[in-house]
Amino acid sequence: MNAALPIIALAVVVALGLGLRARSGHDMDMEQWSVGKRGFGTLLVFLLMAGEIYTTFTFLGGSGWAYGKGGPTYYILCYLTLIYVISYWILPPAWRFAKERNLFSQPDYFAARYDSRSLGILVALVGIVALVPYMVLQLKGLGIIVATASYGAISPTLAIWIGAVVLTVYVMVSGVRGSAWTAVLKDFMILFVVIFLGIYLPYHYYGGIGAMFTAIDGAKPGFLALPDRGQSATWFASTTLLTALGGWMFPHIFASIYTASDARTFRRNAVFLPLYQLMLLFVFFAGFSAVLQVPGLTGPDVDLSLFKIALQTFPPWFVGIIGATGVLTALVPGSMILIAGSTLIAQNLYRPLARNATDATTGRLAKGIAPLLALACVGFTLYGGETIVQLLLIGYAVVTQLFPAFIFSLMPNNPLTRAGAMAGILAGVAAVAVTVVGGYTLAKLFPGLPGPVQDLNIGVVALALNLAVAFAVSLAGRGGQRTAIP
Amino acid sequence: MKLIQWLAALPALGMLAGPFFLNRVEPLVLGMPLLLAWLVGCTVATSAIMALIYLTDPANREPEEGP
Repeated sequence: MNAALPIIALAVVVALGLGLRARSGHDMDMEQWSVGKRGFGTLLVFLLMAGEIYTTFTFLGGSGWAYGKGGPTYYILCYLTLIYVISYWILPPAWRFAKERNLFSQPDYFAARYDSRSLGILVALVGIVALVPYMVLQLKGLGIIVATASYGAISPTLAIWIGAVVLTVYVMVSGVRGSAWTAVLKDFMILFVVIFLGIYLPYHYYGGIGAMFTAIDGAKPGFLALPDRGQSATWFASTTLLTALGGWMFPHIFASIYTASDARTFRRNAVFLPLYQLMLLFVFFAGFSAVLQVPGLTGPDVDLSLFKIALQTFPPWFVGIIGATGVLTALVPGSMILIAGSTLIAQNLYRPLARNATDATTGRLAKGIAPLLALACVGFTLYGGETIVQLLLIGYAVVTQLFPAFIFSLMPNNPLTRAGAMAGILAGVAAVAVTVVGGYTLAKLFPGLPGPVQDLNIGVVALALNLAVAFAVSLAGRGGQRTAIP
Repeated sequence: MKLIQWLAALPALGMLAGPFFLNRVEPLVLGMPLLLAWLVGCTVATSAIMALIYLTDPANREPEEGP
């Protein structure tokens, strides 16, 4: 028993309590459960959107990348900023359309815009493929954090089970309201912890942030900039752009759009959320501070750099606070994923096949699916092995394939037909599967290309193919139906 | 989109093109490697420009958001 354990346990209990309390005074029908009755104000939407973005990946992965890769890490700051820039223009019309049609899920949006139930089913399947690995990543992160911060007193497996049970319980009781309320606690803690670590560690070990960077630059010249090949400037620009476009296409992030009570919420958040991303800077600083202090971590272990340096710097109670924060970074997005995943299975895979389904039966079904989905994710986490990293890469690349069909649906005259949209998504997803599973890069596919072009993110190929097929099929089918936008 | 809203493209371009021209560590700016400092500057500029766009957008002055 050490001081860290009760602090982590307390955070879990408080999160559960907040999650359960969030229900009080609200009737949990489908609309309340999935999208908070479309009644969230600027602050709750801010926390939900920040909550989904600040996941265990940001916490462990952001510092881990800074530690392991150096300069290329900066792309995380850029893509998250760009995500909110584009949100100013794309979220208000999407929100308005969803409100008019009373939509619950991301596939609902595509099905309604293109007036095609099969497109809805396709988008739901793509969404599941992307969500499950994302959830598994959160659970894996949670296991690592709790095991490390409890000094081994709790095994990763036990931590994963406890985490999954807690979030399933409050998801079933309070729905997205529970996520929003736990997000309040999470953001408060992460803000404090990350800024403290990002300032304290460089000063403690190097005497300042500038001194730290000078020391790293001296020991590893070029580490703090981009390499000439591989993760070069071309890689940086193409990856930033692709991930920024794909960001809103994750089903749980898309669904958070629906929770807003007013379109102005998004425009206001587009002002503040970029500034909020500067918190990442302190995550980077913490990761960089570990470079010369806990050298030698390689492979997946780089994600442990933050905790390794914390363990050798701080007393157990403070490690407990960092651990508790880490647990919350897994619970909040985990709960959003669970809600979005269950909603899209019930609403977009089951409902189109069951003719007499109502909002009430679909809502009950979604809540019933949540524990099953959580169980499946725990199974993948414990027995999925390393293939999950592969799946996650696919997940990211796969959701980006929904972007063309989405962005063109916002135009007054959508150039894409429903067949074109479907064919484009299918072609893009197939291209992703082949290139990512096969481990292809542009350098391998086209050895003749000039160096910088070879460094382009391979996702560019899938997206280009997606667009080409979508337009070709739409043009060929023109004269048939054209998606009219009301 | 109104003319002023295109300003939002500036920091985005700065982020995407910056690494081609400013990919270096020295000199440190505010204690940070030059490239990182540039990207942080772009992020701050993004918020400032989005604030300007928000304040000048007539859509945000209507009492109730209508379709």
